Amino acid sequence: MRTVDYTQIVESVRQMCLEANTVLPPDVEEALAAAARAEASPVGRDVLRTVLESAAIAKAKPMAICQDTGMVVVLAELGQDVHITGGLLTDAINEGVRQGYEQFYFRKSVVEDPLLRVNTGDNTPAVVHISLVPGDRLRLLLAPKGFGSENMSAVKMLKPAEGEAGVKQFVVQAVSQAGGNPCPPIIVGVGLGGTMEQAALLAKRALFRPIGQRSPKDHLARLERELLELVNKTGVGPMGFGGTQTALEVFVESYPTHIAGLPVAVNINCHAARHSEVVL
Amino acid sequence: MYALTAPLQDIGFLRAGDRVELSGIIYTARDAAHQRLIKLIDEGRKLPFDLNRAVIYYVGPCPAPPGEIIGSAGPTTATRMDDLTIPLLEHGLKGMIGKGNRSSAVEAAISRHGAVYFAAVGGAGALIAQCIKEVEVVAYSDLGPEAVHRMVVDRLPLIVAIDSHGGNIFRTGVAQYRDPSLEEALK
Repeated sequence: MRTVDYTQIVESVRQMCLEANTVLPPDVEEALAAAARAEASPVGRDVLRTVLESAAIAKAKPMAICQDTGMVVVLAELGQDVHITGGLLTDAINEGVRQGYEQFYFRKSVVEDPLLRVNTGDNTPAVVHISLVPGDRLRLLLAPKGFGSENMSAVKMLKPAEGEAGVKQFVVQAVSQAGGNPCPPIIVGVGLGGTMEQAALLAKRALFRPIGQRSPKDHLARLERELLELVNKTGVGPMGFGGTQTALEVFVESYPTHIAGLPVAVNINCHAARHSEVVL
Repeated sequence: MYALTAPLQDIGFLRAGDRVELSGIIYTARDAAHQRLIKLIDEGRKLPFDLNRAVIYYVGPCPAPPGEIIGSAGPTTATRMDDLTIPLLEHGLKGMIGKGNRSSAVEAAISRHGAVYFAAVGGAGALIAQCIKEVEVVAYSDLGPEAVHRMVVDRLPLIVAIDSHGGNIFRTGVAQYRDPSLEEALK
């Protein structure tokens, strides 16, 4: 049994908040540069160049890439042979977020109650999904999730007979209707199967995959390629001004489901697809 | 490229798709501040800043790191303010800065009042912050990042998204680049 201490988790989360909010992951930066070369619209090319220029300023200062430093989502994969000492895992994550957002001057965007809407003042709580996995490590994946894109996400319970065509229609419709709101070129996470909440979680998890990494399942890898091609035919383009680069990537994750259902969830990430990872 | 100064003077010459650099004084307001401004208008009370020919920027900036005037300060989604915009246009508001398309009702009101909606590049908050030269909170400090700020901006890069003649870059731009084979592919 390995032990991981509360203080190690706090420190890692604090650092991940800094890194994720100020440094664009290299795969995202490369994809944006490629999009700037490929974009047919002159206005779209300008937008993409501006985005890259801004990301360079953010990294050099350092300051937040985007003022919407998001609600923090953490996927915690806890090895069954890890014992956490000194406090609770969730408390440690929240303490890391609290320290990181205060120390690095990030915006505090979380309200305590969805109806009463009083800001918690420290960007906590984070949304934490814990899964138990084999091994003696704790892996933390962190993403500051902006709500321009989160608000454009959608879940639908399709009929099984609607099949792949139904999935494609739903994903393309979600991207088209979102238009410029989620700051395209976007990354699209699609969750298929499970139950309603499982599909949504799969879609979120999909957004953590590095750009270019296809699903290990052949039929889903093909679906990802086809969906990317389709959403880039919508014409939405960078910031919705029209263009050929609407999405940088589409990722599909799946889970077994019920004979009567085909849940599908679409979770959208903006072009500032920020995330960070640590293994303790 | 047009150089404009806020508060705005004649803007009838602007067309959707034009690139603009905006300098001068602008005010920030998001959902919560809009609700309070509308309440003041409904009650016939004075607003915390002069709306006449004013520009409102939909932004909730990051706090200023040491040595900076402001933190990252890019646009937020404008459509959240759609239901709260028309009374402000009726009381003199001339320009808005945000991201994403507006409702058809706001689009019509922009034409009716000879106003303009500019789009800034979303996610370019670090670059936009470099164009902000002064900032102070003028109302609703309890709202934190959603407070109303008065900003002095210098050559803030914008695109005319909706002009006062019914031009809309979101509509025309998407129509221009939409692949006609898409509908067939989705059958």
